[in-house]
Amino acid sequence: MARIQIDGQFYSVPEGNNVLSTCLSLGLDLPYFCWHPAMGSAGACRQCAIIQYKDEEDTRGRLVMACMTPVTDNLRISLNAEQARQFRRDNIELLMTNHPHDCPVCEEGGECHLQDMTHMTGHNLRRYRGRKRTHNNQNLGPFINHEMNRCIACYRCTRFYNEYAGCDDLQVFGIHNNVYFGRFEDGALESEFSGNLVEVCPTGVFTDKTFSAHFTRKWDLQTAPSICVHCSLGCNISPGERYGELRRIVNRYNGDVNGYFLCDRGRFGYDFVNSSKRIQHPRIKQRNACIQTAKEHFHQLLTRAKRTIGIGSPRATLEANFALRSLVGETNFFSGIEDTEYQLLQTVSQIIRDGGIHSPSMREVEQADALLILGEDVTHSAPRLALSLRQAARNVSIELAASALHVPSWQNAAVREIEKQALTPVFIASIGRTRLDDIALDTYHGSPDYLANFGFAIAHYLDSSAPEANALDADENKLAHTIAAALKQAKRPLIVSGTSCSSLAVIQAAYNIAKALPSPNRQLTFSLPECNSLGLALMAGNDLQQAFTAIEQGQADTVVILENDLYRRAEKQKVDAFLETAEQLVVIDSLKNPTTEKADLLLPAASFAESEGTLVNNEGRAQRYFPVYPAPDSICASWQWLLGTMENSSWQHHDDLTTACAQAFPDLTAITQVAPGADYRVKGSKIPRQPHRYSGRTALHANIDVSEPGQPTDSETPFAYSMEGNMAQVPPALLPVVWSPGWDSNQAINKFQEETGGHLREGDAGIRLFEVSGTLAWFNGIPKPYISEPGVWEVMALPHIFGSEELSLQSPAIAQRLATVCALMNPLDAEQAGIDNGDCVIISDLSGASLLTTVIQIDTNLSSAGLLCITAGHPKFQALKMGMQVTLRKFNSDSEVGS
Amino acid sequence: MKQTAEKSTSEDLTALEIQEINAIINHYEDHTSVAIEALNIVQKHRRWISDSTLKAVADFLQISLAHLESVATFDNLIYRQPVGNTVIHYCNSVTCWMLGSEQIREHLCQRLHVEPGETSADGQYTILPIVCLGACHRAPAALVGDELKIDLNTDAIDEILKR
Amino acid sequence: MDKPLTQNIHPDHDFTSLADYQKTGGYRGMRKALTELQPHEVTQQIKDSGLRGRGGAGFSTGLKWSLVPQKTSDLPDFQQTRYFVANADEMEPGAFKDRLLLEQDPHQLIEGIIIGAYAIQANIAYIFMRGEYRLAAKRVTYALQEARAQGYLGEHILGSDFNLEIYLHTSAGRYICGEETALLNALEGKRSTPRARPPHAVASGLWGRPTVVNNVETLCNVGHIIHYGIDWYHSLGLGADHGTKLFGVSGRVKHPGLWELPMGTPIREIVEEYAGGMLDGYQLRGFLPGGASTDFLLPEHLDVRMDYDAVAEAGSRLGTGTLIILDDKTCPVKMVLNMEQFFAQESCGWCTPCRDGLPWTVTLLQDIIAGQGRMEDLDTLAGLTRMLGPGHTFCALAPGAMEPLQSALKFFREDFERYIVGNNDELEYA
Repeated sequence: MARIQIDGQFYSVPEGNNVLSTCLSLGLDLPYFCWHPAMGSAGACRQCAIIQYKDEEDTRGRLVMACMTPVTDNLRISLNAEQARQFRRDNIELLMTNHPHDCPVCEEGGECHLQDMTHMTGHNLRRYRGRKRTHNNQNLGPFINHEMNRCIACYRCTRFYNEYAGCDDLQVFGIHNNVYFGRFEDGALESEFSGNLVEVCPTGVFTDKTFSAHFTRKWDLQTAPSICVHCSLGCNISPGERYGELRRIVNRYNGDVNGYFLCDRGRFGYDFVNSSKRIQHPRIKQRNACIQTAKEHFHQLLTRAKRTIGIGSPRATLEANFALRSLVGETNFFSGIEDTEYQLLQTVSQIIRDGGIHSPSMREVEQADALLILGEDVTHSAPRLALSLRQAARNVSIELAASALHVPSWQNAAVREIEKQALTPVFIASIGRTRLDDIALDTYHGSPDYLANFGFAIAHYLDSSAPEANALDADENKLAHTIAAALKQAKRPLIVSGTSCSSLAVIQAAYNIAKALPSPNRQLTFSLPECNSLGLALMAGNDLQQAFTAIEQGQADTVVILENDLYRRAEKQKVDAFLETAEQLVVIDSLKNPTTEKADLLLPAASFAESEGTLVNNEGRAQRYFPVYPAPDSICASWQWLLGTMENSSWQHHDDLTTACAQAFPDLTAITQVAPGADYRVKGSKIPRQPHRYSGRTALHANIDVSEPGQPTDSETPFAYSMEGNMAQVPPALLPVVWSPGWDSNQAINKFQEETGGHLREGDAGIRLFEVSGTLAWFNGIPKPYISEPGVWEVMALPHIFGSEELSLQSPAIAQRLATVCALMNPLDAEQAGIDNGDCVIISDLSGASLLTTVIQIDTNLSSAGLLCITAGHPKFQALKMGMQVTLRKFNSDSEVGS
Repeated sequence: MKQTAEKSTSEDLTALEIQEINAIINHYEDHTSVAIEALNIVQKHRRWISDSTLKAVADFLQISLAHLESVATFDNLIYRQPVGNTVIHYCNSVTCWMLGSEQIREHLCQRLHVEPGETSADGQYTILPIVCLGACHRAPAALVGDELKIDLNTDAIDEILKR
Repeated sequence: MDKPLTQNIHPDHDFTSLADYQKTGGYRGMRKALTELQPHEVTQQIKDSGLRGRGGAGFSTGLKWSLVPQKTSDLPDFQQTRYFVANADEMEPGAFKDRLLLEQDPHQLIEGIIIGAYAIQANIAYIFMRGEYRLAAKRVTYALQEARAQGYLGEHILGSDFNLEIYLHTSAGRYICGEETALLNALEGKRSTPRARPPHAVASGLWGRPTVVNNVETLCNVGHIIHYGIDWYHSLGLGADHGTKLFGVSGRVKHPGLWELPMGTPIREIVEEYAGGMLDGYQLRGFLPGGASTDFLLPEHLDVRMDYDAVAEAGSRLGTGTLIILDDKTCPVKMVLNMEQFFAQESCGWCTPCRDGLPWTVTLLQDIIAGQGRMEDLDTLAGLTRMLGPGHTFCALAPGAMEPLQSALKFFREDFERYIVGNNDELEYA
């Protein structure tokens, strides 16, 4: 610790950090632009000028940039010295010479860091009389608007995009005061994290294009803390609503989970909530019904039923699944996941619970100093995790910069300069190329069996008591040894795997490797398919096939399906048979899909933005989301539909369900502590969802009724649909939005953290359900390598960030970025099959029935023979399931005519 | 990093250009560092760097096109627009300015019917300003093609344009 | 021998070949260094000679070399490889000294590089040359071939364990590339914005490895110092600094030119004797002693000696040692405008005060000259000279740009005011 003096006040602060970050951590106001806690210092904007004094006697001091000045013992500085204040004011004046001052029409207005900082410095008089330089803007795709005239050239965008996110199509062009931040030519930004530009940019150069389509000022948005439902990571989000429409998603800081950043699927995938596919009314036999009738009908169906089975969902909350399970009874509850995935998830949950290996948060992932990714293209299966892995790749150079050059990690450019000379050992073993290959020291490509075998070999090289794998060829063997050696040396080695390969052996191999690592700080993390995959796995239930069997064999006649489109889970014929055989079919869901089309009773479910519930992410962290706004009267939360039909239930509220669920499952005991219950009050009041400056409440519905309707009430959460209430000292799990006097932008988060970039005060939201305990025996199911039969291909359905996830696909912006529809093949296979790049082929099953037609793309990085890779979950490929064996026939337009 | 440019399949660069770039490619630790010299080489052959040339160089070096453009637009001697057979860079820095570079510019522009930055109608000359050419004791100076011209006056300009 | 740097430079032959160079003692310094001295001894001799960087900053050359970490076994891998770079990016308006050395006696530079690279144990060196120096590039390329053929480059130079390759890198422009760390970024194919220090290039420079960057003229001294010794070198200077220096004069003097003179030669001697005094009909109004980024001095400063400290004491900087003369028929406001336009154009665009402050400076000066200035604009300009001062910006470009402006505001304020009050007699300046 260092004792430092700021404007005459003494503070005890950690040594070595930069002064800007330290001042902000102390709660002081010091303006800045280019510095970002996640990206370090750049020294470019010169906004954080302060005076540094040599010693007690020094009265003049000298002007320095706080972001470039390290904290040392006996440091004496002033933020308030007139020379520093003047400089900061003048610096804003310079930044403003070319700024268009178009705040009234700028979408950043009201949450603009440039506005905040201008106000903070007190600059208010324009002396510059010259012309302003102007720029043309670019079309950057469906996510991001571009308005370059507003740019103050802080270089945050390119530093985030190129350095932090590792993508290079956004650059700075030109020189002097004519610098332009954009792409070489118009076109969609390639990075999967481009949406963060909206929050990284301190002004309105990059704004959210989906938000523009239904724009509202920040102060008019109603918000509540929420959790992203588009993958298994559970990133924290702040959705914003106005007029019953979900308007946008911004990042909600969680120091353990997503930090400052989201992926583009999470940020722009929200519009499904507003989709025309939303089910607006209950439907009985395809006819609209009112809520009461639907409830009664639901009750009648259940009363009539011989035996009812419930099919849960990995995209529904613990509480909704638990309510269904309670309704139908434990033995009649099925998880709604097909058997292979079910098995994978059971194994993952077993490993996390009893494997004796730490399951890291994303913050911890970023600390790894060696890593192996086994079987995942993480950018597509768990996008935000890929961003964290990219940061982990820097750790060796950060350590070297500190030890050899005495350069702290926040000296960003200096550390990056030696990155090339000191890379964190990153190895990727995957089916094909991945978006993280650029940080990999080496890569290995193969079919899942090969990947698993390769993994088992590494585990054996690390610890000879681990089972031996099938022999590798010389190159593979050398690589396996290299990887084992690098992992062995590391202080914080990390193994990343997941369910993308649908291979139990891959997951088991990943566990063996982690178990074989000598470091006590070893970590193992899995990417899982959906937002509550792990939560559902912890509730066990049976797999989907067993549900099919129950109906097929007439053991049950009634099915209640919770938020689950079974056509995405199993082959069409099987699902058709199942749904048609069931005498009574009740489906609860929010969007129309092939399963809801079959429902005898269709109950419209509230979306994540209109309901509450607890999810368990891939780490084993339980987190809760809350309704941002009430669902329309004709729509209920899934748990409400289910609770409403339970006879004599003592459960009235969502909290009752949470408590009961915690009691029912020992693994879930802690979920009651995820967030305070509905009776929680801050100084006697509920927490307002609306900012204090929320406007037009009395006139919002004046076109419908001139009298002001009462505000909706909320008996389920500690939040009020109101602007009244206390926003101070709200616990992190209940913090809907960050706002602090003088800090209207998202940078206000500084005021809520223990230290900049650190944990939220009172701890980051979410409860980890598992800590390291137990150990499992070595897995020894070493797979026989898959040998393809000539002419037969095995389908690999691999995740894609834009295309694989069910809900986000219904958001227009995401749909525009839909993965190109094609199937990938290895060049040798293609040559043998006489297929050229771009050829159209007909894919048939082994019985010869044609399934679909697609274009083939030859991928040189796909080294394993006999694989046909497609985008998982893509509507176009609905007929193909993972692991299916198919044949290919070149599509010949002449011969097909008339056939 | 992997050195893979040798087997690049860029079709757009000529064999000579590729040969010249390959002669220097190992002078640097990575391909990004070759960017400017590669552009210099290609520009020597083509006079200027078109979008497709820029792409060809980026492809050949396997570096990002946007990055290459970022560097090319920073530097002033990479011509991203067509130029004439000979580029006349007249110095406009302080000593040359004091000793008549504005007259030199005016005379050049008048003779060629162009403004600075433009190319004469016959495609012979492009007129561009340049910073100090290191010939201040013989000001005003200009770089005509590869040749430094000093002690310039309108007669000397006429002489240069006569050729 | 009192003119070591230019001894081979004669009006009658414009290129010194390897043979010519060796005739006057060339490469003997290299031979001595490589065969008789340990690398650290070479560094020590250069340090003891008092040689200071001739690029403008005047940092001790030997000290810079000594800051490169010693090659020991516990040194991290990335610091085992090191680079040596000659900065031949001469672009300071008013400076024309390095071009002469490059074009006419390139071996002198090559010898300096070999010795320097040996001292820091670098096996690869670069000559970073501005793209406009086409003739210099040809001559240096030729000289490198000669040196290679002679065995002065390549493996086991002079039978020693020392290997060295020197590569010529031609830049594609920009003044800022002459800044040491911006030059490194340029060499790496990046935008040549300067880098933050620490780390200094000697610890982590090119591709993150220890790197020494020296100016051409600096390096041209090195061979002579090693060959003739420190005492000889000390005997060359007249004042506090040692050795000789190339001094130049441009502007309206009778004989503008470049001369190698002892460090510490009085300005009057340079202007009046060597440059022959002002052209007939012109009076000396002031001068920039070391290029465009140095403060104006006045005729009353003519007796100041041209060395680092004496010029600093007079209120300016030695800079490149090439003087630009302001005569009485040139408008100092317009002259400053010309220089500010240069600096605004050459700002790399990285930091706010430089990027946005210099264009505003230009607009203000243009307004004033166009008769649209206001008296308070002079305060704004003065404010900008403080705002863009040393330590306030990311590198020294903007503070350098402010030097002629702040001194012009001090010495020639009436010229500014005359434009503003509207009675500036245009005829006064031709």
